[in-house]
Amino acid sequence: MQKNRLQSGGRIDRTQVLNFRFNGRAYQGCAGDTLASALLANGVYLIGRSFKLHRPRGIVGSGAEEPNAIVQIGSGAATLPNQCATQVLLYEGLDANSLRGWPSVQFDVGSITNWFSRFLAAGFYYKTFMAPRKLWSFYEKLIRDSAGWGHAPTKADPDFYEHRNAHCDVLIAGAGPAGLMAALAAANSGARVIIADEQSEFGGRLLSQTDEIDSMAATDWVAQAINTLAQHENVRMLPRSTVFGYFDHNFVTIAEHCTDHLGAHKHTTVRERLWRVRARQVILAQGAFERPLVFCNNDRPGVMLASAVSTYVNRYGVCPGREVVVFANNDSAYRCALDLDAAGASVKAVIDSRATGAGDLQQEVEALGITVMTGHVVTNTLGSQQIRAVQIAKFSIEGTVPATLPAQDLVTIQCDLLAMSGGWSPAVHLHSQSGGRITWSEELHCFVPDGTTQNCVSAGAGNGAWELHDCLRQGLEAGKAAIEYCGLEISDLAEPKTEGIETNSLQPLWRVPAVKAPDRCPKQFLDFQNDTSVADVRLAVREGYRNVEHVKRYTALGFGTDQGKLGNINGMAVLAEYLGEPIANVGTTTFRPAYTPTSFGTCAGETVGQLFDPVRKTAIHEWHEAAGAKFETVGQWLRPWYFPDGDEDLDAAVKRECLATRRSVGIMDASTLGKIDVQGPDAVKFLERIYTHDVGKMKVGRCAYGIMLGEDGMLKDDGVMARLGEQHFYLTTTTGGAASVMSWLELWLQTEWPDLDVYLTSVTDHYSTISVAGPTSRQLLQAIDCDTSLDAADFPFMSTQTATLCNLPVRLFRVSFSGELAFEINVASDHALTLWCALMDAGKNFDITPYGTESMHVLRAEKGFVIVGQDTDGSVTPTDLHMSWMLASDKDFLGKRSLRRPDALRADRKQWVGLIPADKTTVIAEGTQLIEDTAARAPVPMCGHISSSYDSPTLGHPIALALLKGGLERAGEKVYASLANGKAVPMTVTSPVFYDPQGERQRD
Amino acid sequence: MKYSALNLLRNGLRHNRDWPEAWRHPEPKSHYDVIIVGGGGHGLATAYYLAKEHGLRNIAVLEKNWIGGGNTARNTTIVRSNYLWTEAALLYEKSMQLWEGLSNDLNYNVMFSQRGVYNLGHTLQDMRDIERRVSANRLNGLDAEIVTPDQLKRAIPALNTSASARYPILGASLQRRAGVARHDAVAWGFARAADALGVDIIEQCEVTGIERRNNKVTGVQTSRGHITADKVGVVVAGHASVLANMAGLRLPIQSHPLQAFVSEPLKPVLDTVVMSNAVHGYVSQSDKGELVIGAGIDAYNGYGQRGSFATIEHALQAIIELFPSFSRLRLLRLWGGIVDVCPDACPIISKTPVNGLYFNCGWGTGGFKATPGSGWAFAHTIARNRPHELNAPFSLDRFATGALVDEHGAAAVAH
Repeated sequence: MQKNRLQSGGRIDRTQVLNFRFNGRAYQGCAGDTLASALLANGVYLIGRSFKLHRPRGIVGSGAEEPNAIVQIGSGAATLPNQCATQVLLYEGLDANSLRGWPSVQFDVGSITNWFSRFLAAGFYYKTFMAPRKLWSFYEKLIRDSAGWGHAPTKADPDFYEHRNAHCDVLIAGAGPAGLMAALAAANSGARVIIADEQSEFGGRLLSQTDEIDSMAATDWVAQAINTLAQHENVRMLPRSTVFGYFDHNFVTIAEHCTDHLGAHKHTTVRERLWRVRARQVILAQGAFERPLVFCNNDRPGVMLASAVSTYVNRYGVCPGREVVVFANNDSAYRCALDLDAAGASVKAVIDSRATGAGDLQQEVEALGITVMTGHVVTNTLGSQQIRAVQIAKFSIEGTVPATLPAQDLVTIQCDLLAMSGGWSPAVHLHSQSGGRITWSEELHCFVPDGTTQNCVSAGAGNGAWELHDCLRQGLEAGKAAIEYCGLEISDLAEPKTEGIETNSLQPLWRVPAVKAPDRCPKQFLDFQNDTSVADVRLAVREGYRNVEHVKRYTALGFGTDQGKLGNINGMAVLAEYLGEPIANVGTTTFRPAYTPTSFGTCAGETVGQLFDPVRKTAIHEWHEAAGAKFETVGQWLRPWYFPDGDEDLDAAVKRECLATRRSVGIMDASTLGKIDVQGPDAVKFLERIYTHDVGKMKVGRCAYGIMLGEDGMLKDDGVMARLGEQHFYLTTTTGGAASVMSWLELWLQTEWPDLDVYLTSVTDHYSTISVAGPTSRQLLQAIDCDTSLDAADFPFMSTQTATLCNLPVRLFRVSFSGELAFEINVASDHALTLWCALMDAGKNFDITPYGTESMHVLRAEKGFVIVGQDTDGSVTPTDLHMSWMLASDKDFLGKRSLRRPDALRADRKQWVGLIPADKTTVIAEGTQLIEDTAARAPVPMCGHISSSYDSPTLGHPIALALLKGGLERAGEKVYASLANGKAVPMTVTSPVFYDPQGERQRD
Repeated sequence: MKYSALNLLRNGLRHNRDWPEAWRHPEPKSHYDVIIVGGGGHGLATAYYLAKEHGLRNIAVLEKNWIGGGNTARNTTIVRSNYLWTEAALLYEKSMQLWEGLSNDLNYNVMFSQRGVYNLGHTLQDMRDIERRVSANRLNGLDAEIVTPDQLKRAIPALNTSASARYPILGASLQRRAGVARHDAVAWGFARAADALGVDIIEQCEVTGIERRNNKVTGVQTSRGHITADKVGVVVAGHASVLANMAGLRLPIQSHPLQAFVSEPLKPVLDTVVMSNAVHGYVSQSDKGELVIGAGIDAYNGYGQRGSFATIEHALQAIIELFPSFSRLRLLRLWGGIVDVCPDACPIISKTPVNGLYFNCGWGTGGFKATPGSGWAFAHTIARNRPHELNAPFSLDRFATGALVDEHGAAAVAH
């Protein structure tokens, strides 16, 4: 039975009853309810427990400001922790649970901490748990176990998310009176408008109030406005969409919540959508948050914001209390008294701290026979798990707020609901995120937007306009101004008619005095979620934490899931009081994205899981898969690592592949090599500056091994350079370096040498590269109808030519990374698989063996060829690698100057050597450090490390490549590889070239 | 008043009315022996060790805003020392050793929590690099080990160790002594301890000029007036190049925005620190329950403490790749700082061409972990007018000699 549900009124559908569970008990609500309104309808007040002190807590607000009603929704993979009950739309079968309280939220053992709260003041943990040191991890576990709210899911998210980009002329955040009015003004002009509101329905406060606009009910005006906007194709309306981030260049992020309100579903549609909007003009109309009043035990369930009470009555048809006291320092809460009275509740008194009372509304309230007690305050509440009574006292400000109130003056009024209003704070979050300034208004007693750095304007309550007619007018003006800015025609829309009333100004009241001083009285809460009280702020100031940021961090004020929307301004005002400074000087903490918590999944979008990063596969990938290849991840690429024959392991396969290549012919897919086409009149000049060798002297048709250095003189990348024409070059890069080399070249070309007439094209994907290596590789190519002579005389080592193979046009390179006679074949990727298959087919007669990256590594290591990134690490010069011969002396190139620096000339630099284990059997792990003194104690001097290490099939014993201090001069010496188990394996220093040092085989 | 459980009890009984200021708020004097510019963790630590280790008393820390409000407040609090090169590893290890006794040394619980740091490997080359780094760490006397995917699965249940992940995890390095600390407490703890030794901590005091005569520093101009000093140590992170400019120096530093963010507080779900260079994300869970997540740097240069949302998107894609069950958690608050990055991803703790002027900067994305060690070494450099052997490799002249300590491998992702 929904005991607090009103018979009529509200925007809920009483015919659609929804069943839901809370803490295991079954309840019913109505379509249109939030979880909070449904719980209140059922008379459920106790929703949770506070963070530190486990105090009972209930619903205090009706929206994003709610700090208490934080629940876990559902279970399993789709569970949602930390959901704000005021923002969760009710659906059939919803299952919610409180997040704190053991064994139950009603009987929470942890509430014992409340008795010790004086020992748990702000920052207490900084002062203890230090000795003995070893126990800290024990204390910390207790802290961690008691902290935190909800439980993270333990399974992967079954839902998916998407990103959408949008441009618009006017983006409006908030669809209350100001936002809707701005949208109406902009829509007529033809401007592209996006209007987003976090709630399920547009209308904002108009849905919660009983105003009239243009002589119709405000809700009817809203319906009419939505209808009008819907007729404009240029207007996109986004309900359930939170504008949560405002970044530079009017880039605004919106999280659209698509399915959470639907309840059980099959996760087949997008759960949440991130709108990434670039707006010419932004109108911020998110409204304002009502402030609580700060008095003793102001956190008891049944103490609510007056505006929230009105919302539950008017929008949800729920009267959250029978006997109500209203406590305010401003006029707006009087509406709440009117609403409650209309709902049939007994309003026992309106307590107004102001001696003057309210304006027109006071008469209305008094006309209903409700007692208005001006010059009074609520100073304390009584009750346990729900408010039972309030204690009120006479109050006046004579110069300053009195320090304490006399105990004998207290009057107790029984009630089950206290509706409070401490005034309003504009939601300046997005304005502030945009880089806009805020300033303290002495007139309105709140921070208001003051100057922007981006194209945005605030309107309505978010700009300090409390009265409805001001909101509508500001919205209209903002809409028109935005249109004017966009250069579009301004519509002649007029301001709707509303009835104004006389109001009295708010009395700033940041802390209601109690019978005792704040340190001794019952807690007066500022931040409900984190249990930050007035005494905590006072303590922080006493201890010298004076800056508002220090106070925030020391007391946890505003660190909760509501990010201080409810309590921060009160906290800052109390801080100002204790500092003896005006609030304007104290300022606020920085407002940071997200405006409300936003799902990780929403931010990540669709590019998760297998779409996290594109998987690049070569044009021959299918064949490799069919052949049972094992793959290695290299950057985004999947490369065949080795091709096991049957149940061969890596070592066996590599041995077989290497020996076959040395004996007959091996074939490898080298398509992932980066390929850059360079053309233009200044191509030579450009490449001369990038590469270290003499580019100009290369003849057309010749290839050269080329290296490039960073500005620090260290090897950056290497590859083959082929001169295809006088002004036309073709470069290869390492697989991993393809993109970065391309960017590097473009960086120099575009920013430093824009005068050079050179054009770069990445052709990595355009061509596939098949490498055929081994003594019979020449015969193999001839066997598939090569139309050109491959003899050494006609096609010498380190040259290139076009040819036809198997009727396919190809470019051949006579280069070798294995030390064998070899050909690299570039073929258009469309034809790569055809050519590969033809080679494999013809290769049967030559014992052809496909090999992967591991064998490639072994073959080149036997030859002492370097792999950039494995054997080098950004600290290796060409000289260290025996490549001084590649440094042209008669030209300048990048990094050349750095090679003359003292450190580059040091004799004991780490240099490239080969190593052979003394026992000729131990294969040392790659990465192992080298030492000389096996008896040394830490820090043990290290003289180098092993960068490559294999059991060489060709040589029949393990080999390693290493960077070794002074290595160039140390052939024959002994060093030690230091193993993880503490053992040291003696290694003999050799030349890095283990096989065919004269290079006769590759030149054959 | 000493911080202790007993005093907590005593003061609690007296309604906490007798706690003294953690640090004084003095007016600046006209002269100091040493002025430290920058009241972040590094600057406060420098002042503390100048007083404690070198007996200096007439010291001021000048902070343009509130202490600990720059990168000290904006990092992801990871502390580790598993750097590759001996020079870096020994410096960070000095820091680690100071961390291990810091709460007691400062009498302020900085909540240094040695819950281990895992650096994941996703490719064969990652694993080679891990092997190399772990091997070097071990020889340098640091704790370091290599763990398998199976071990990872047991230690970090939420981690996606599946072989079908886009970038399957092949293993990781683990430094068990590494962990996290409470960043604000570090600044406050150093401030309180330095103050107790007589250091003046002066907030809201922006240095606007560095005065020199005959190539010797004589003092600083500030928003609160002119202050003379025998020595000036500058440790201002993202604004190092701005301060250097005031002294006519150019630093080889690029300033970038670096962002980080936290989730809503959750019950314990991640007991350690997980970092991945290849996937480009790192995450831990704070004692309050928030997941603390860092992103990569924004590519552009700037002094604005704001980044672009694309970087956040990418960081979260990486986190969901590593922890698919985190997708439904929510981003609570994100922020940006400015990191000062050196060409070799290592810091500068150095004398400068101006006599009596010292710079400590270039910590890039990983300065928090170095806070005590940085202050300790910088204090030595200032007090003795020569670097300690631990920071001698990190002098400014290395950019002229070429003796760089290239830690891009260890520092590739921000942390």
